[in-house]
Amino acid sequence: MENSFKAFDYGTRFGGRYFPNPIFTASGCAGSGKELSQFFELSELGAIVTKSIALKPRSGRATPRMAETPSGMLNSIGLQGPGIDQFLEDDIPWLLNRNARIVVSISGETVEEYASLARRLRSVNGLFGIEVNISCPNVENRGLVFACDPVASRSVVESVRRNMGGDYPLLVKLSPDVTDIVSIAKEVVSAGADGLALINTVLGMAIDIDKMRPKLAGLTGGLSGPAIRPIAVRAIYQVHKALPNIPILGMGGVTSGRDALELVLAGASGISVGTATFGNPNAAMQIKNELLTLIQERGFNSFKDAIGAAHER
Amino acid sequence: MPINSRASQIKAEVLSNKKIGAYFHMIFGVGEIAKYCRPGNFVAISVGGTGSSMILRRAFAIYRANEKSSQGGTLELVVAAHGSGSRWLSERSVGEYVDLIAPLGTSFGIPTEPVNALLVGGGYGSAPLFGLAEVLKSHGCRVDVLVGASTGMKIYAPLEGKRSVSSMSIATEDGSAGSKGKVTDLLPELIEKFGSEVIYSCGPMAMLNAVNQIATQREIVHQCAVEESMACGIGVCMTCVIPMKSDDGLIKMSRSCIEGPVVDGSRIIWSQPRVIPEGTWGS
Repeated sequence: MENSFKAFDYGTRFGGRYFPNPIFTASGCAGSGKELSQFFELSELGAIVTKSIALKPRSGRATPRMAETPSGMLNSIGLQGPGIDQFLEDDIPWLLNRNARIVVSISGETVEEYASLARRLRSVNGLFGIEVNISCPNVENRGLVFACDPVASRSVVESVRRNMGGDYPLLVKLSPDVTDIVSIAKEVVSAGADGLALINTVLGMAIDIDKMRPKLAGLTGGLSGPAIRPIAVRAIYQVHKALPNIPILGMGGVTSGRDALELVLAGASGISVGTATFGNPNAAMQIKNELLTLIQERGFNSFKDAIGAAHER
Repeated sequence: MPINSRASQIKAEVLSNKKIGAYFHMIFGVGEIAKYCRPGNFVAISVGGTGSSMILRRAFAIYRANEKSSQGGTLELVVAAHGSGSRWLSERSVGEYVDLIAPLGTSFGIPTEPVNALLVGGGYGSAPLFGLAEVLKSHGCRVDVLVGASTGMKIYAPLEGKRSVSSMSIATEDGSAGSKGKVTDLLPELIEKFGSEVIYSCGPMAMLNAVNQIATQREIVHQCAVEESMACGIGVCMTCVIPMKSDDGLIKMSRSCIEGPVVDGSRIIWSQPRVIPEGTWGS
């Protein structure tokens, strides 16, 4: 009886950090935060995961950068951004001022660039986490996708671990475009990751049959949206099974509370909402409310109890 | 200035849907937000209904806004049903509701003093210019309109629009309406004839580029509404970028949904499609 008087705990943990609810934005899908703040209070999110920031400004790729596909879309942004200096000067103070919990996503072309980015973040107070994006598909050279190579993944994570400050968690974002995601996950966890972000977009392509040319100027792009959700569920399930104590920030086509619950049952400790925001600026808030109801309806005592519940125990 | 501070996401009722030539003229009940909509602003509408495989909104330029119609605040759009999303929208009946976000983006600048304005539209891109014409007229401007399309069926020039302008010229590539050729073939002589001081344009990028060259040669102010494929319409996805000169003098890949769609033509780097122009910040 005592339990029924306690408020339901919707919070979640990554590397010892507590977040009051499990709904995050997905990197690169929330602009600078300012754009979405017109639609809801950013402090209502578990955390905002920033666009992946690089050391220097990046123009990104040429247009067209986008092609809609069945239940999904291809994007080929190419990590457009202002670079870490301007980002720390403009975006971070604004977000802190709004009381948003911030997970900074970083992206480098070399191990040393990741280390420099991690060092630059040491001067920032009030961060809630760092996401190491080693899996962006929109780079010129596929060989540069660290997440496709266990040895390269390890080097990046070790160097970020050594150089980062603060007591916030280090999350590593992995690509589903690998033969065995579990072996990559094990490698980055043993290199010092506190948690994993699964999954990045899936490399795809679309061709305009009238112009008879690729639709995207960058030729290939990252596929996101509901079309990739089964891939996310599979990856999260496999990794949670192999590493049950490592929290996973799950993402991939989550558009409703039901979709979010599917990823939670597979093993996600948090949910990032990405492409759904493009179609519905209030998607994250709606998913937050729907997921809470669904979990309570199923009789869980807390959000934590629902994580990985689809696994036989 | 906060981004899209007037924008709201609402359920808007279809109040009217009529086929006009190759297009659909649709009126939506939007209440309050009609009073914040300016010529050049656009709306983003969900298409396909619940569970649709079309996950992205479609952007439409506002043709006209009326804050005090007999049915309350309304927005009018001209829809070309050329894709599955716009076709879905064009098939909505009176009484149905759509999920709509408005107003979005920048609007056409209205001169503080009366000027001679020339409005140039391509295809259904001419629609928002008629809403602009009414506003310019009410500010005492002379308003001349030049519209063009590949063929006469694709000219959008409503009767009531013709009444509010000083002159209307038409160009079609096949010669089926007006004079044969492109709008830019007629543009220099019209500028001359009407003493145009400001050009407003809306249509395909190639047309805007050609208009901009003529405006630049004659040192005439040119504001254009650009288009680039767009996923969100609210500034978060970074797909609809166009190379533009920023206030700090740098060329940046700038979002046409927030810094546009209405942009001063002199700010745009009219590069070849599918390349990042040399000198772009961060390239």
